[in-house]
Amino acid sequence: MQELLSSYYPILIFMGLSALITLALIFVPMLVAPSSPDPEKNAPYECGFEAFDDARMKFDVKFYLVAILFIIFDLEVAFLFPWAVAFGDVGVFGFWSMMFFLAVLTVGFAYEWRKGALDWD
Amino acid sequence: MTLTALAFYLFATVSVASAFMVISARNPVYSVLFLILTFFNSAGLFVLMGAEFLAMILVVVYVGAVAVLFLFVVMMLDIDFAELNEGFLQYMPIGATIGLILLLELLLIFGASTQLVSQSALPQATPEGMTNAEAIGRVLYTDYIYYFQAAGAVLLVAMIGAIVLTLVKSENPRRQSIAAQNARRREDGVELVDIEPGQGL
Repeated sequence: MQELLSSYYPILIFMGLSALITLALIFVPMLVAPSSPDPEKNAPYECGFEAFDDARMKFDVKFYLVAILFIIFDLEVAFLFPWAVAFGDVGVFGFWSMMFFLAVLTVGFAYEWRKGALDWD
Repeated sequence: MTLTALAFYLFATVSVASAFMVISARNPVYSVLFLILTFFNSAGLFVLMGAEFLAMILVVVYVGAVAVLFLFVVMMLDIDFAELNEGFLQYMPIGATIGLILLLELLLIFGASTQLVSQSALPQATPEGMTNAEAIGRVLYTDYIYYFQAAGAVLLVAMIGAIVLTLVKSENPRRQSIAAQNARRREDGVELVDIEPGQGL
């Protein structure tokens, strides 16, 4: 346990350093940079004229479909990691167990391919 | 040991504070960003408990995919952010009631778990002499095969459900026809025309 945590010690140092640099980048300009605030500097600006509408526009639902399919295959790969690490111990049963799992998801993959969910248009 | 305690308090404080910001930020996009910060700090807490595989999966799946999905959902909804905050007092009683019930349940679980811990030793997250992922891999695919296959079925249902709900067929899909591309010869597309000077086509 202690050994495991000590292997994460460099990451802790990295986190501390990045926090330090970030805070420095936020607070040092407050002290040294010249500042002449003006309300016009914060106004919305679109190549010389006032902005037509909100910058936040609605996305196409296709992006959502791509993201959710990505999550599902991401989870499938997450299941593969411990299987690969413990491959020598799971035996034939564990091997076919994973093969069945992959087959079930391949059925879904074939379905989405046939349905055209992977085509953009 | 003090370093571990220090890291625990750091992660715990930041995760509670950013979880509070998730529900109190005015802009939902900021809420999602604070949610990502909460995920990262929870991953740090998992590492401190010795569950490093779960911590890495939390970063890969939740930060890498689920948070992006949340951002998509937030940006797909056409929300008037000023209007959103008006119903706050109206929904306050029911929200407070649900929160109170959840708090009571958590206190009950906490009480039960302290009794359990006093009775038996806490299960070790990392067995001696093997990594976290290996310990999971040894039991997940054989001893807990039904849960594993059920997870596969759930993923299949999620995939089909997402496609059925969101797939919109376009009228004239532009598909690549590799056979037609390869069958095309130079004569089909190129024509050499000899033009007399000064006459044009």
